[in-house]
Amino acid sequence: MMLSRNTVNPIHRLRDEIDQLFSDVLPSFQTWDPFGMLPTRGFPAMNVWEDPQNIYVEAELPGLKMSDIEVLVSGDELTIKGERRDTTPESASVHRRERGMGSFARTIHLAVPIEHDKVAAELRDGVLSVTVPKAEAVRPRKIEVRMLEK
Amino acid sequence: MPATTELSRTKERPATRAEQTRNGQVYHPNVDILELPEELLVIADVPGARRDGIDVRFENGTLTIHARIEPRQNDETAYLMREYGVGDFHRSFEVSEWIDAQRISAEIANGVLTLHLPKSEEARPRKIPVRAG
Repeated sequence: MMLSRNTVNPIHRLRDEIDQLFSDVLPSFQTWDPFGMLPTRGFPAMNVWEDPQNIYVEAELPGLKMSDIEVLVSGDELTIKGERRDTTPESASVHRRERGMGSFARTIHLAVPIEHDKVAAELRDGVLSVTVPKAEAVRPRKIEVRMLEK
Repeated sequence: MPATTELSRTKERPATRAEQTRNGQVYHPNVDILELPEELLVIADVPGARRDGIDVRFENGTLTIHARIEPRQNDETAYLMREYGVGDFHRSFEVSEWIDAQRISAEIANGVLTLHLPKSEEARPRKIPVRAG
């Protein structure tokens, strides 16, 4: 599980504690998965929203540079992939390790036709924002109503 | 003495719920704590935080990190998928007294906050010269 955040919200805390309970009791579930069979939570977590013109996809990728990230579009799919490198100095002993490292890739379906060549991505303070323009055909269009003159 | 015993005292305080910001939610950042010969490093993921929104305090042996996060969407946002909340980050740690509190420093880059906690003189590894008897 990479980069999950522990919220201070009591419900989330409860869930986190339950997660903790399970990982304490059943450590094998966390670690022993040689064939990658276990379902994992998608990483990175995404928030997706829309307005009439665009779909917006946002993901928190702290510590990454734009050169560590690839944003790909194909059909109605958007893929975010990248790698967070382990920068731990060799001489360090690790007392706590909550920040996930390694490669990731996640694909989501956008379910509307999009303008592939106008997708724009921006990375700021560890937050990736992707703006995906909807195809002309699915954008709402204001139809001008003219009075017919007799 | 193994190096890790010192850090058994770097334990986390129970989450305080005192912090309520305009965003409502406050989140625990994920952290790594590393020990190097000369210092401890506390590395926290605080995506969206800028330098002027960071508040780091060290009081009575407690290190507190607070990162203010400006909302990135508004209440009317039409979400299609919402997997995380956006709000301030806050977390406190009790830190061993073997830290030179005066020399704690912090830096932020790409949404990652790194705190350097230099060990006090007594806690640093020291080579003991051995004299011939």
